[in-house]
Amino acid sequence: MADTNYDVIIIGSGPGGYVAAIRASQLGLKTAIVEREHLGGICLNWGCIPTKALLRSAEIYHYMQHAKDYGLSADNVSFDPAAVVKRSRGVSGQLNGGVGFLMKKNKVDVIWGEAKITKAGEVTVSKVAKKAMEPQHPVPKGVKGEGIYKAKHVIVATGARPRVIPGMEPDGKDIWTYFEAMVPPAMPKSLIVMGSGAIGIEFASFYKTMGADVTVIEIMPTIMPVEDPEISGLAKKQMEKQGLKFLTDAKVSKVVKGSGKVTATVETKDGKTQEISAEKMISAVGVVGNIENIGLEALGVKTDRGCVVIDGYGRTNVPGIYAIGDVAGPPMLAHKAEHEGVICVEKIAGKDVHAMDKSMIPGCTYCNPQVASVGLTEPKAKEAGYKVKVGRFPFMGNGKAIALGEPEGLIKTIFDEKTGQLLGAHMVGAEVTELIQGFVVAMNLETTEEDLMHTVFPHPTLSEMMKESVLDAYGRVLNI
Amino acid sequence: MPINITMPALSPTMEEGNLAKWLVKEGDQVSAGDVIAEIETDKATMEVEAVDEGTVGKILIPAGTAGVKVNALIAVLLEDGEDASAIGSAGSAPAPAAAPAEAKPAPASEAPAPAAPAAAPAPATPKTADGGRVFSSPLARRLAQQNGLDLKAISGTGPHGRVVKRDIEAALSAGTGKAAPAASAAPAAAAAAPAMATGPSTDQVLKLFEEGSYELVPHDGMRKTIARRLVESKQTIPHFYVSVDCELDALLALRGQINGSAPKDKDGNPLYKVSVNDMTIKALALALRDVPNANVSWTDDAMVKHKHADVGVAVSIPGGLITPIIRSAELKPLSVISNEMKDYGKRAKDRKLKPEEYQGGTTAVSNMGMMGVKDFAAVVNPPHATILAVGAGEKRAVVKNDELAIATVMTVTLSTDHRCVDGALGAELLAAFKGYIETPMGMLV
Repeated sequence: MADTNYDVIIIGSGPGGYVAAIRASQLGLKTAIVEREHLGGICLNWGCIPTKALLRSAEIYHYMQHAKDYGLSADNVSFDPAAVVKRSRGVSGQLNGGVGFLMKKNKVDVIWGEAKITKAGEVTVSKVAKKAMEPQHPVPKGVKGEGIYKAKHVIVATGARPRVIPGMEPDGKDIWTYFEAMVPPAMPKSLIVMGSGAIGIEFASFYKTMGADVTVIEIMPTIMPVEDPEISGLAKKQMEKQGLKFLTDAKVSKVVKGSGKVTATVETKDGKTQEISAEKMISAVGVVGNIENIGLEALGVKTDRGCVVIDGYGRTNVPGIYAIGDVAGPPMLAHKAEHEGVICVEKIAGKDVHAMDKSMIPGCTYCNPQVASVGLTEPKAKEAGYKVKVGRFPFMGNGKAIALGEPEGLIKTIFDEKTGQLLGAHMVGAEVTELIQGFVVAMNLETTEEDLMHTVFPHPTLSEMMKESVLDAYGRVLNI
Repeated sequence: MPINITMPALSPTMEEGNLAKWLVKEGDQVSAGDVIAEIETDKATMEVEAVDEGTVGKILIPAGTAGVKVNALIAVLLEDGEDASAIGSAGSAPAPAAAPAEAKPAPASEAPAPAAPAAAPAPATPKTADGGRVFSSPLARRLAQQNGLDLKAISGTGPHGRVVKRDIEAALSAGTGKAAPAASAAPAAAAAAPAMATGPSTDQVLKLFEEGSYELVPHDGMRKTIARRLVESKQTIPHFYVSVDCELDALLALRGQINGSAPKDKDGNPLYKVSVNDMTIKALALALRDVPNANVSWTDDAMVKHKHADVGVAVSIPGGLITPIIRSAELKPLSVISNEMKDYGKRAKDRKLKPEEYQGGTTAVSNMGMMGVKDFAAVVNPPHATILAVGAGEKRAVVKNDELAIATVMTVTLSTDHRCVDGALGAELLAAFKGYIETPMGMLV
């Protein structure tokens, strides 16, 4: 009889779960992780990672189409959708295998099946009931199977799934979620994307670059509604230049499928109604937590609008039961899940750890142009009562950006006038998803404008724009 | 309209507290005055009462949440006829951070904005007394400079004890960490924080023990407060100790008479039962009245001479101790002191004392006699200048008229803050105290 007693059992091996498992193991806790479908969760298999692979193909395709701009020639540029998807699955498969390796290396037991917390401290794992999304990566070797497992601490890290709007249920054929959009059998000629959050806009950008006629419908007044409106406005303008169509303040009131096309009835705020038809539609109207069928109701674990309610350390209202990541509420981001997992496990291990601070979680969207941000937007900062100093620096003033042939974009910084605290940073343009972390570190270390101005940024880089933006906030901008 | 229930401030300086427990759940009916939740501050647990009647529509901050900001939305009450859908945006804030009432972390106050901060010289990196660097964030340094705080006097809670923004905000709200002079005369609980010499870090301590050979019990608010205040006291107050033996026989006899003649209520229970400790409190209060120069608090600017003897009494409770205060004890009859103490003792154990009941005071008594301790020296609890440590009353051989005799004797040790109560003054106070103990009739008149 194998040992079935653990210090910690984690349900779900997404970025939150598997990182929590590694940290738990590092802290000397006997740890197991339960997974029913794919190590690495949505992020690695159907989310962050495979979309980045798709977008990379689109990006290179885009460059090849514009080879002339760089003095190069590339004739008859084309692509093979199957090969593009295959590469994306390959990237995902490699990382999926990597998580399996990490579990083994860290002596974390992997239990394969559906988990249910049958009572406090007890997790019953049964046969997988859910049909796996195809193509599924192979189930790792040496996993434990069905049975009853015990643990003092159970961490729910079951993630989230696409939100479904009644009457517009994705059918996987005409109306897609990110699952189907990730593995298109062929590139659609036209596409409606409902929702302009990170998922919607990234697919819109991908399919547009690959040649589809794409219309994005957003219910809020601006696309990417969580972003600073000035930034999302610039992103929208650039994408419109590429031929993407946007309907904002617009609500899809009806969807009709038939004869190889989807027709959406769209009501705009001005009261007008229009019909838009396309070959496919992607529903990207957010995600909801996977809180069902894991025993939470019976144990009285408190949930709120589809998510488990936790404190700053991942603790639910029921002792011994924790939740992290998407299932524990927004922002539903892999890096937030990872950090929550680490905090949760360190607290369990009795470490002196600070509670989760959600005010400094960066967000990145990999559309073309990229968008990245951290902290308060300008309107939110003002709403919070700050008197702000705002700095802006356009890509046009940066040598590296010009050399790259990427002169469109903006870096915006927001400071508290009174203290010089960096309240937020917002960017749109090439490679900004790799730049934002500089400001995230700055915010976490509580730097003021002064320290940023005293920091030497390397030349020639896009990062110089970060400093210039800071200088601009204080009237000292140099290169514009 | 749904009614918002917000985190109450239990004291004027309270900035945040822990939501310890909900006594109602969503859907429960409550009437005004019903206790709906318990809030825990560093030393006390307080009950939150409903102000209106209605149905608990939504609990936004789960029980056990630490660091809930004052005025943060914690729950929403629905009035008659409203259902949960009426909560609307009011109830859309599960995380304390999103509560509207505290959405102004640093309201751009009326203070003039610093002129061209970029041109202002950077605050010099502060050094500790022994020349070591005080690690602090740039923002913390600027906030300290803007608010006239001394970083050396602020203990950091950031990584490796780094002083960060929240530490400055905590110091500002507690009124601690002031740079130069400024310690206010008010006997607030929070006296000027000292320059802390840092002890060994958690890691340094744990390294000395084999892993698995111990268990880590995280500190609660009370433990942290005790640690902070006692380190503060021992680091800033030059302690001086004076001991004296007091004969108790007369006092015990008087106590017997007092209790024997106590009037009874309708159930036949005596209305008071005076203890030796109650009489000790009274004696110390009267001694301070007689020696007013010892009834003082130290501030850097002036001697705070108190007009009444407010005697704090250390009460040991599970997980720590707390010092409720008998105000103007020199004016109160023993029966009143006795009944106040009984009430304090009971509520202290439940951590239900209100901040105004344990903050301040002009002196304190710590009695370990009941535990058989012969004598000990207590740590002065600022803003007090004195504390009396009381040992057990025991029969001892004493010399009277050159002959051995038996007497019940109690040893007491007075710890004084030598900055304001010198040795001779302490001795004078102790002599007055001894007088009341040994001639206890004086306490009754």
